[in-house]
Amino acid sequence: MAHEHKLEIFRGLWKFKSNVSKIWGVFAFLCVVTAVEVYLGITKPEALTQHRFLAMKWLNWIFIILTLVKAYYITWDFMHQRDETKAMRRAVVWTAVFLICYLILILLIEGDYIFDIYKENYVKFDF
Amino acid sequence: MEATVVKTGTEGKTWGGGNRPLNASYGKMMMWFFIVSDALTFSGFIASYGFSRFKFIDAWPIADEVFTHVPFLHGVPAPMYYVAFMTLVLIFSSVTMVLAVDAGHKMQKNKVIWYMFFTIIGGAVFVGSQAWEWATFIKGDYGAVETKGGKILQFLDTDGKRVAIADFAVDLPTERAVNERNTGVWFDTEPETLTTFSFEEVKAGFLANDNLLVRTQYLNEKGEPTVLSREESIAKIENDGKLVVEGANLIRNEYGHPLFADFFFFITGFHGFHVFSGVIINIIIFFNVILGTYERRKNYEMVEKVGLYWHFVDLVWVFVFTFFYLV
Repeated sequence: MAHEHKLEIFRGLWKFKSNVSKIWGVFAFLCVVTAVEVYLGITKPEALTQHRFLAMKWLNWIFIILTLVKAYYITWDFMHQRDETKAMRRAVVWTAVFLICYLILILLIEGDYIFDIYKENYVKFDF
Repeated sequence: MEATVVKTGTEGKTWGGGNRPLNASYGKMMMWFFIVSDALTFSGFIASYGFSRFKFIDAWPIADEVFTHVPFLHGVPAPMYYVAFMTLVLIFSSVTMVLAVDAGHKMQKNKVIWYMFFTIIGGAVFVGSQAWEWATFIKGDYGAVETKGGKILQFLDTDGKRVAIADFAVDLPTERAVNERNTGVWFDTEPETLTTFSFEEVKAGFLANDNLLVRTQYLNEKGEPTVLSREESIAKIENDGKLVVEGANLIRNEYGHPLFADFFFFITGFHGFHVFSGVIINIIIFFNVILGTYERRKNYEMVEKVGLYWHFVDLVWVFVFTFFYLV
């Protein structure tokens, strides 16, 4: 099977000689990201938990962004999406991303609304 | 006139069949179909977790106060370390899987066997760890009191350290008549599993120890559970206390809101089931590799397809880890 692998990550910043060494490189990167997450999760630095950006704590922004970074490298390098056609990548990624974003948006808004109703004891309309 | 059309007239054309849309083989394409739909299922679960959490945003348990145990280190509070270990095990087994796929492309049968073997071991370690974590969660930690309104009250000493109910509950000699079939007009069974201590015993012990305080599940402005003063604590226990909760199940949860336990069992359980089935599928393919099935077939694409599933399980765990343990 003649399989072509793209052997660079971080947009060409880090090039590998073989597919095997690329796998280990991605593994090292994922370990570092996980270590950062766990470190922040245990220490919970005040500076990141007391301030918010768009109604969410900075710490949670960092966690979610790092998670998406990890998801990207797992999908691109472990699941070989980097070597698939562009149309294939988009069919998979965009379908999921659009539907999930919509679902999360709608459910979190609804959850927050019910929270307000419980808290204010004031039913604005039948929900 | 022929009844059936034998030729479609599209032979050799785009719709004539034999094409590989998006340059992917049929099996790989179908695996991606499955993965996308399964990803949507998991997002449904995690989004509904978010919904319930937002609904009770001011009274949700803090995960690293719940998952503080590491096997063999009894009594050492180690928030997160064990989950971090589980995450690394799963990522590592993903690495061995992708190495197996790579060896498969090069038709190196022995390497594929060894890498798949390590993948299976990693998966088994992960499922075992999850079982241990469930057991610890179900067994509980300090115990708590549930109020009439279904809220959880936990106990602290004046230094702010958690106190287990077993450490202060007194032993009251009580006669508990066990309900039996012949005495009841309408008798099913004993309603619930009995706790180690009755609520009266915990209450008496709480009133006798002046250094004990109550912590409610409501979070203050700093995002920490509210600790009541001694007077408020006594009033809370006397007026609202109803029963003792030890550990967690689908109805009661000593760590806080019962929905937290429900979602924990549901989401990690569904993920654990995926890992389990992944291990089974990996074992099947592992034996096929040993028997030389793919060697004779002259390609190891089957390994690549189960690999996709295995990485997907890892991918889901990355999200479960973030939304259950970190955020």
